[in-house]
Amino acid sequence: MTLRKVKNRAFIGFCIFSALFGLMVLSSVLYSLIGKGLAGMQLDLFTELTPGPGSPGGLKNAIIGSLILTALGILIATPLGVLAGTWLSESNRSSRTAEILRFLNGMLMSAPSILIGLFVYKLVVVTTGTFSGWAGATALAILALPVIVSTTEEMLRLVPTTLKEAGSGLGAPRWRVITKLCYRAAGSGIITGILLAMARITGETAPLLFTALNSNYMTTDLSQPMANLPVTIYQYAMSPYEDWNQLAWSGALLITTFILMINILATVLPRWLKARKAAKKS
Amino acid sequence: MVKTALHTVMHATSLSLRPGAINGDGIFARLSFTSAVVILLMLIGIILSLIDGGWEAMVKFGPGFIVSDAWNPVGGEFGAAAAIYGTLVSSLIAIIIAIPVGLGTAIFLAELAPEWLSRPVGVAIELLAAVPSIIYGMWGLFVFAPWFSEGFQLWALNHLVTLPLIGPWFDGPPIGIGLLTSGIILSFMILPIITALTRDALKTIPSVVREAAYGIGATPYEVITRVLLPTIKNAAVGAGILGLGRALGETMAVAFVIGGANRIETSLFMPASSISSTIAQQFNEATNPLHISSLIYLGLVLFILTFVVMGSARLLLKKR
Repeated sequence: MTLRKVKNRAFIGFCIFSALFGLMVLSSVLYSLIGKGLAGMQLDLFTELTPGPGSPGGLKNAIIGSLILTALGILIATPLGVLAGTWLSESNRSSRTAEILRFLNGMLMSAPSILIGLFVYKLVVVTTGTFSGWAGATALAILALPVIVSTTEEMLRLVPTTLKEAGSGLGAPRWRVITKLCYRAAGSGIITGILLAMARITGETAPLLFTALNSNYMTTDLSQPMANLPVTIYQYAMSPYEDWNQLAWSGALLITTFILMINILATVLPRWLKARKAAKKS
Repeated sequence: MVKTALHTVMHATSLSLRPGAINGDGIFARLSFTSAVVILLMLIGIILSLIDGGWEAMVKFGPGFIVSDAWNPVGGEFGAAAAIYGTLVSSLIAIIIAIPVGLGTAIFLAELAPEWLSRPVGVAIELLAAVPSIIYGMWGLFVFAPWFSEGFQLWALNHLVTLPLIGPWFDGPPIGIGLLTSGIILSFMILPIITALTRDALKTIPSVVREAAYGIGATPYEVITRVLLPTIKNAAVGAGILGLGRALGETMAVAFVIGGANRIETSLFMPASSISSTIAQQFNEATNPLHISSLIYLGLVLFILTFVVMGSARLLLKKR
């Protein structure tokens, strides 16, 4: 009798410890990010270019470069991903082709990101002969694509069949039903998926190493190597210079804050859209 | 009857079946199907580019590449054994830590904690997944490694080294970075996936099952380990393998803390290297074509490794 109680206590204790373990890791990461990153959070960070060792500077080119690469990656991946997700959701449940493509989409989602980098290196960098912003954006797009495909499919599957039947009953062709009814009904879910894909690619470093590379100049020319935050953080953090390490911490705080904000937005936005829709109806 | 008839009509007009017609539907069907095929093209492209890029090394070293532990960019001798060893061992350490802790957390969230507590804790654990890998790498190098060196490695050198069998694992320089550190950092990164998947699986179990077990006087420990966990066995194993798959391919976090030494050592404290970290650290510096080709060949090995692991995880997760 008591042995059972002891076992039970130990088990519950272990589960509580496990949950605390994760929380401890998260708080330690956030604590060091804020503690070390906040010191460098000045205006210079946003207005100065990445410096050489020992001279003052900021991360302006890296921040802008990252925004461009991420936005472009999402812009390329969104139409492809939404359309592919639509095809998957509209296909027959028992369709072999759809099943295979769904499986491959999962595999693409879990392919190590550094291999995507190698692929785009062969595809774009070797063919054009130079590291470039385009190559970086392509790599990020390939990373975002499977996330958008699978959320779009899931969200469209949730659209009630009766709604589609009502549309078809009015004589609307299939594609009008999908674009006018299904996309609207599943819209907030699809947007959440796109936001999550964005959060995923914002912090990706490995695929940019051999594609966008990095640059110390302010450039918006996508055919040139492009500065970006993750690679800058990597290079500055691994360097022996203290002011570079400081910039790396500030950059890390910046990028994590950005990603957490997108994540929060991704959870809040659908609720907000739903509330607005409900308010409109009444 | 009406329902099946409707379904037939729906299928007859289904996009996948009528890509031929030149009208709105036909164009839309073709567009969306082409987009779906892009996924396939991407995967084929990845495989072909890895084979093409690694061809030179494949011809030179053949399958023996996998078992050779030579890595000498100057002499032109390359082998994957050390990198494969580092990848496998660090990922194994990661799941050995992350599976029990992830399961424990999932049980805490789904079974033990009250709603007001489990929701915020669950969100916090999910935030762990949102933190990019480069942040884990920095944190691992600057915060965790110094602490680990003083807090664990020095102690282990005094107390664990003399143990039989596992003693040699802890016999090495207490420098904070190395194979064991990489494994631990990886475990933090895959913890949220394992937690989320097993928690969701636990939540799908109808509460009558729990009530029945509690009703005959079982303790929470007995209910969970004898009734609930066997029910979600497939999902839990799938989650573990999925975590393993992610750990295998993880690059940046490992590149920061593994040390970058191409050797196979018994000691887990020694610097080592993984496939992905080797590629990340050497690819841009490599000038010798054979070196570049060997790195891409390494990439192909990693691709096959993750494809097999992830494929089996997905198949396991699918059948419940």
